[in-house]
Amino acid sequence: MLARHRANLLKLCSALIVFGAWEIAGRIPVSFAFPTFLESCAAFWALLIDGTMFVAYLETLKPLVIGVFISAVLGIGLGLWIGLSRAFDWLVSPIFVVMQTAPLAALIPLLVMAYGIGLTSKVFVVCIMAMPVIVLNTGGAVRNTPASLIEMGKAFLGSRRDVILKIILPSAFPIIFAGLRLGVSAGFIGAILAELKITPTGVGDIITYSRSIADYPSMYAAIASIIILAVLFLNVLERIENHLLRGSRKSLAAD
Amino acid sequence: MTNPSENAVTVRNVYKNYGEVEALRDLSLDFPRGQLTSLLGPSGCGKTTLLKIIAGLIPATSGEVLVNGEVVKAPGPDRAFVFQDFALMPWASVIRNVAFGLELRGVPKSEREAIAEKYIAEVGLTGFEHSFPHELSGGMRQRVGLARALSVDAQVLLMDEPFSAVDEQTRRKFQEDLLGLVQNENKTFIFVTHSIEEAVYVSDQIAILLPRPSRVMEIIRPQGFRDKDVDHIRRDPEYLDIVDRIWASLRSYVE
Ligand SMILES: Nc1ncnc2c1ncn2[C@@H]1O[C@H](COP(=O)(O)OP(=O)(O)O)[C@@H](O)[C@H]1O
Ligand SMILES: [Mg+2]
Repeated sequence: MLARHRANLLKLCSALIVFGAWEIAGRIPVSFAFPTFLESCAAFWALLIDGTMFVAYLETLKPLVIGVFISAVLGIGLGLWIGLSRAFDWLVSPIFVVMQTAPLAALIPLLVMAYGIGLTSKVFVVCIMAMPVIVLNTGGAVRNTPASLIEMGKAFLGSRRDVILKIILPSAFPIIFAGLRLGVSAGFIGAILAELKITPTGVGDIITYSRSIADYPSMYAAIASIIILAVLFLNVLERIENHLLRGSRKSLAAD
Repeated sequence: MTNPSENAVTVRNVYKNYGEVEALRDLSLDFPRGQLTSLLGPSGCGKTTLLKIIAGLIPATSGEVLVNGEVVKAPGPDRAFVFQDFALMPWASVIRNVAFGLELRGVPKSEREAIAEKYIAEVGLTGFEHSFPHELSGGMRQRVGLARALSVDAQVLLMDEPFSAVDEQTRRKFQEDLLGLVQNENKTFIFVTHSIEEAVYVSDQIAILLPRPSRVMEIIRPQGFRDKDVDHIRRDPEYLDIVDRIWASLRSYVE
């Protein structure tokens, strides 16, 4: 209990230091385009209460949610297949390794040419960002299922399906989830990138527009809102994960 | 049951090669029903390989294994395996682990948990049903592995160095308990060990395996002390004699 209070206190301190430094740097000012922390807060509040932020996120979340959903379902499926079949691994893994390292900004013009400037292209960008880590993590985790557990499943007469559903998947679950978390973070980056590089809509529009009229506090507020949302989202995901993993969690740390 | 032939398991002229490595060469051995046979030999001599071939987990390169007169092609309900590294599912509670063999056989939950309860009590783990493997000591984990093997009620119990990963005191207790099991359970035990003392202490029959490529060098059947009180076995002249004899014949293979 005490330790937890202490941890919270320290986190608060850390926030105060960062925001304090920001405020001071803004007041010097470091650059005329660098607003103070309090100005940014005010702008944040303004965007929040006049509904701009809400409308913007409705737009931004569309490709994000669709893209992350596709990446999760397809990514886990492909990863499972990769982990189970050597041949499929060799066939498919390189694509995702390349995808992971490819400079996305360079691909965007190609996507726009093929799919236009609408939702499809943005979903693609999110998928390109989110899917590789989900696929590769899942594949690795499945492949690394302890051999003796699989052997145990066979020895006790489990079918192939039993072994996959009751042993391989649960065993890989923590790492699949870690991949999912990384994928979601990357998806956030993808969604914002798409709005900045393809067509300014949603939060990307707030950023682009406020920059063009030199309303820097609003621009910073929009950027901060993305970070806050991403952190909140990852927190929720972590909670779900903790809930699903209750018992086994500590064992992974212990062994 | 209609065929009360003397041997529960017969291994006939089994060869096993792993690529270039010749693990077993022309190995033949009978395992009398209702008795405990030890496979004794130095590490790497192919004990696990032989056990897994009997289990139907890996195929022999040539030769055959008969269980109750039937040729082994795959794992079957007549055999259960106790693993050296326990092979417990870290995400599953003790009771789910113990009942897992029955779960894979499609036994309804309430029924299989009732059976599991019984064997959890038999191995002395009452009260730990809802613990997770990481909360148990090594000895307790192996009791879970043993309860799982017992609860599927197979006639042949295959045990791969089940006590090698537990401490010496626990190990001695296990050995005593094993003698009790052999007496009460009317099952055939095939017990792998690299400990001479352990083999002599628990076995009705000891098969000494030569290092790779492995064949049976000698079969020893302790006679005199089997019916004595467990506390006196280790001081029995025949026990000490056999331990010495086995060491004498194995020492030349240990560098
Ligand atoms: N999957 C495998 N692939 C290649 N060689 C193996 C494999 N399993 C076992 N071996 C080899 O076969 C020999 C016997 O192994 P094993 O049966 O595990 O011996 P033991 O259980 O007596 O220690 C060892 O030399 C080992 O290196
Ligand atoms: Mg072994």
